[in-house]
Amino acid sequence: MIRAENISKRFGDREVLKNVSAVFEPGQTNLIIGKSGSGKTVFMKCLVGLLDIDEGDIWYGDILFSKLDFRGKKEIRKNMGMLFQGSALYDSMTVEENVMFPLDMFTNMTYGEKLDRVNFCLDRVNIVNSNRLFPSELSGGMKKRVAIARAIVLKPRYLFCDEPNSGLDPKTSIVIDELIKEITKELNMTTVVNTHDMNSVMENGEKVIFIEEGEKCWEGSKYEILKSDCRILNEFVFANALAKQLKDSTR
Amino acid sequence: MVRFLSGFGSYWMLLGKVFSRPEKTHIYYKQTVKEVISLGIRSIGIVTIISFFMGAVITLQTAYNTENPIYPTYLIGLGCRDSILLEFSSTIVALILAGKVGSNIASEIGTMRVTEQIDALELMGVNSASYLILPKIVATLIFNPLLTLISIIVGIVGGWIAGTASGVITSQDFIYGIQYAFIPYYVTYAIIKTLFFAFIITSISAYQGYYVEGGSLEVGRASTKAVVYSSVTLLLFNVILTQLLLS
Repeated sequence: MIRAENISKRFGDREVLKNVSAVFEPGQTNLIIGKSGSGKTVFMKCLVGLLDIDEGDIWYGDILFSKLDFRGKKEIRKNMGMLFQGSALYDSMTVEENVMFPLDMFTNMTYGEKLDRVNFCLDRVNIVNSNRLFPSELSGGMKKRVAIARAIVLKPRYLFCDEPNSGLDPKTSIVIDELIKEITKELNMTTVVNTHDMNSVMENGEKVIFIEEGEKCWEGSKYEILKSDCRILNEFVFANALAKQLKDSTR
Repeated sequence: MVRFLSGFGSYWMLLGKVFSRPEKTHIYYKQTVKEVISLGIRSIGIVTIISFFMGAVITLQTAYNTENPIYPTYLIGLGCRDSILLEFSSTIVALILAGKVGSNIASEIGTMRVTEQIDALELMGVNSASYLILPKIVATLIFNPLLTLISIIVGIVGGWIAGTASGVITSQDFIYGIQYAFIPYYVTYAIIKTLFFAFIITSISAYQGYYVEGGSLEVGRASTKAVVYSSVTLLLFNVILTQLLLS
């Protein structure tokens, strides 16, 4: 379980996060939604420790992560996997080397064992016969799937996905969403996903947190979104006419 | 001034991270071998071409500027040797490498920063500064002295070919000149300078790339800054080292 308590973050005079609190449970996909520039990515980067918070606490289980030094954080980070918005695959490495990299760095497995694990993870994300390809030779969807394989290769307890559907067509987006959902259940991970894609929310939103201008405005499940009276949330979720009609039909 | 001091401070802090204990030595070893190929072996071509023509021009200019019956012609060979040994093969080649290797390092690391590849390393618990920069520093410290030696040899050969082909000096006089009053310490001096220059070029360029913020435009700017700052620092250290090592 991950617990964020009253997180605040400033860049100069600009307060990007204002007292945001949230609890992310294991075995479920937790979504953070909000407009572009609302502070979702900053919140996620604070959760994983890529950005230092100004106020508040972040707990991983019973460990106060936000107060740990580099070495302490490093130990927790071995249990984290992250899918970045642009996939962040290492350009100079092949698909196989990308997925094997965490195993090279943090395990003493033999090459054969590592290769078996890499092939298992690539197979799990439906990437076949692509071990020798470089990231520049992959499509956007394939890059995301390879990045997921790299993120889960060490069997992490926590998975973070920043805009996993950005730049993907609707069909590939659904494939990625389903993959994240399935893997979360399989590995009983605590998964946190940043998105503004409403299809993802309806597919994966077991728990949804809505952030607007750095503040948490709403929290609930995908089913509760349809019935919510929160005006800002409704403006965001039901931004187009079709969605408004859907909302009205459920009333 | 504040910006300069803050940049100077973060440069030293980055070096602190770079020289912390590596996670897995054999991975760093593999990376270093890759960097030797990328930053060292792939620079042999340009160093060879530049050194050859540099040696040729030094010989011809020395010959045309010392056209006097008082001076023995073997001095042309001596002048070519000492110019190459003392200055050209270490400093000029380092300036050229600051352009080639420096911009390569800054743009590679800068691109990794803006595409979140460095964040991905950090998130895994890898010391990204050490993993990305230390092998480059070690590779250039190992290979740049070899490049300097190659440059010295090719430069002198270039001078010999140009001198004899143009008829300004005979082959015997040139060979006598390059052996005349030879001070072996000059080679040591060139190697010591090269080691300092290799460190300056790699660390400054890596610093510029590592702290890039923004997109491709900023990566381009960082690449330019890497070349300019490392060249200026290199020239400054050239003066200091010359005073310290030759006085």
